[in-house]
Amino acid sequence: MKHKPKTTNHRLTELGRIVKTGCINFVRNPWLAIAAMAMMLVTLTITLFLIIANATFGNTVQQITDKIDISVYLKDSVTESQRSDFIGDIKQIPNVKSVSYLSKDDALEAYKQQNASNTDLLVAISQTDNPLPASIQIKPKDVNNIDAIKNFIEKPENKELQSDETSYSGDRKEAIDKITHATRFMRETAVIGVVIFTIISALIIFNTIQMAIFNRRDEIHIMRLLGANTNYIRGPFVVETMLYGIIAAVASIILVGSLFRLTSSTFEASSLGLLDISYASRYFSKNFWFILTGQTIIGILIGAVSSIIATKRYLKFKAVK
Amino acid sequence: MILLDRVTKIYNKDAAPALERVSLHVEPKEFVIIVGASGAGKSTLFKLLTREEKPTSGKIIVGGIDYETLKDKDIPLLRRKIGTVFQDFKLLPNKTVFENIAYALEIAGTSKREIDHTIPKVLDIVGLKGKEKNMPTELSGGERQRVAIARAIVRQPKILIADEPTGNLDPKHAWDIISVLEKINRFGTTVLLTTHNQDIVNKLKRRVITIKDGKVASDQATSGYKSI
Repeated sequence: MKHKPKTTNHRLTELGRIVKTGCINFVRNPWLAIAAMAMMLVTLTITLFLIIANATFGNTVQQITDKIDISVYLKDSVTESQRSDFIGDIKQIPNVKSVSYLSKDDALEAYKQQNASNTDLLVAISQTDNPLPASIQIKPKDVNNIDAIKNFIEKPENKELQSDETSYSGDRKEAIDKITHATRFMRETAVIGVVIFTIISALIIFNTIQMAIFNRRDEIHIMRLLGANTNYIRGPFVVETMLYGIIAAVASIILVGSLFRLTSSTFEASSLGLLDISYASRYFSKNFWFILTGQTIIGILIGAVSSIIATKRYLKFKAVK
Repeated sequence: MILLDRVTKIYNKDAAPALERVSLHVEPKEFVIIVGASGAGKSTLFKLLTREEKPTSGKIIVGGIDYETLKDKDIPLLRRKIGTVFQDFKLLPNKTVFENIAYALEIAGTSKREIDHTIPKVLDIVGLKGKEKNMPTELSGGERQRVAIARAIVRQPKILIADEPTGNLDPKHAWDIISVLEKINRFGTTVLLTTHNQDIVNKLKRRVITIKDGKVASDQATSGYKSI
């Protein structure tokens, strides 16, 4: 059979009719729409909470790891040029975020401030010549990868400049290693958790939309019998489920936003040990447009893909000889 | 216009064929009634003509289209050329009377202006003026079937096939439907009507093809209903 080629005008008319029919169907199937959107709202909200929780947790981990640094204690005999060369070399190491120098006098001052309430110690230190060494504080970019820094400062020519073991040794090294392992594990677990739940959410939404389309399979069959082509039948379902996605995503953002607004004063005042809960609200406000856009796109995509797959089986020409 | 040549349809190899070597030829503008008891094969014949089913063997040609060479992607085009009326109306539940009829034109890309111009005329033919905005659930069985007929004829098809269109209707409404089909036939459309309503067959005085146990038992130019 010969197909008449479609003109642009014809295609636009068809697209317009598909969008219009999708919108009308959305309004005329309110209960089905509400059921599907409610399911999408719940799953998208939980996913959003998980993402925010993950970011909050990540922030706390970052705060902990930011406190990790390596102190290199210098001999009193180290000259100024030796010191600046050493610092210059350290800065060249890729994993080094920042390097700061603490002179003997600064170290003494810091010591006095730290022990301001302990007069015995203050008296003892004032009776001797300043015994505290000058030191270099190295902050790594990635605490999981500080061995390169450690290897460099432990080279024999560098070791000669040092009065003592670095702070990254012994018990302290063990503690740092434990923290880094734990934070890496927790970060990975959180990311895997978000991914798994996102997949489960997509499957739940897909199933809900499949049920909604199963309820209307007779309509698809009638449209087929009347001679409608695949796109003309499927299009309005895709438009309708995309609308579910948009509305559920926006409602989810409004819900989460309202919750943060209502509980902001409680969040500001409370903390769970190291966990900085108020960061969750800050993260949401800071990334509001990104979250809104991302969530809406995800809602649209899940809706569209689900209805395309769900309508497929009812659109097949199954006749056999 | 419609040609079936030794058409056989077997659904289940262990059971008798639904249709066995059925041959028939329907001329343009003819009004043909196909009669037969339940399970005789009338609905299978209908499904073969709309290409819901494929024949196990034999040849079907409708309006010059040979079903053997018809590709899946061309089935929508074939169905747009044939008007179909079903016993259970098959109206789209979420669309108004107007939208149900308009759907048949929209899928063929007809302009809105033409749709708005054509539908009132068709509604007039089937006697449903003023019901445009009603939903199918707000109509009686007879009215629903008239919407289905309006939808089938709105594209002015050369062929209209109606599968037991009066099956769910009381005698008065059944005759309304038959009158509409006769009117359409007078306009030049070939009508193929399946029924087991003896009264309709006897009063219409048209060509009657009787199907019994999947075979053509008789084919008479103007006949009364024979006990089958």
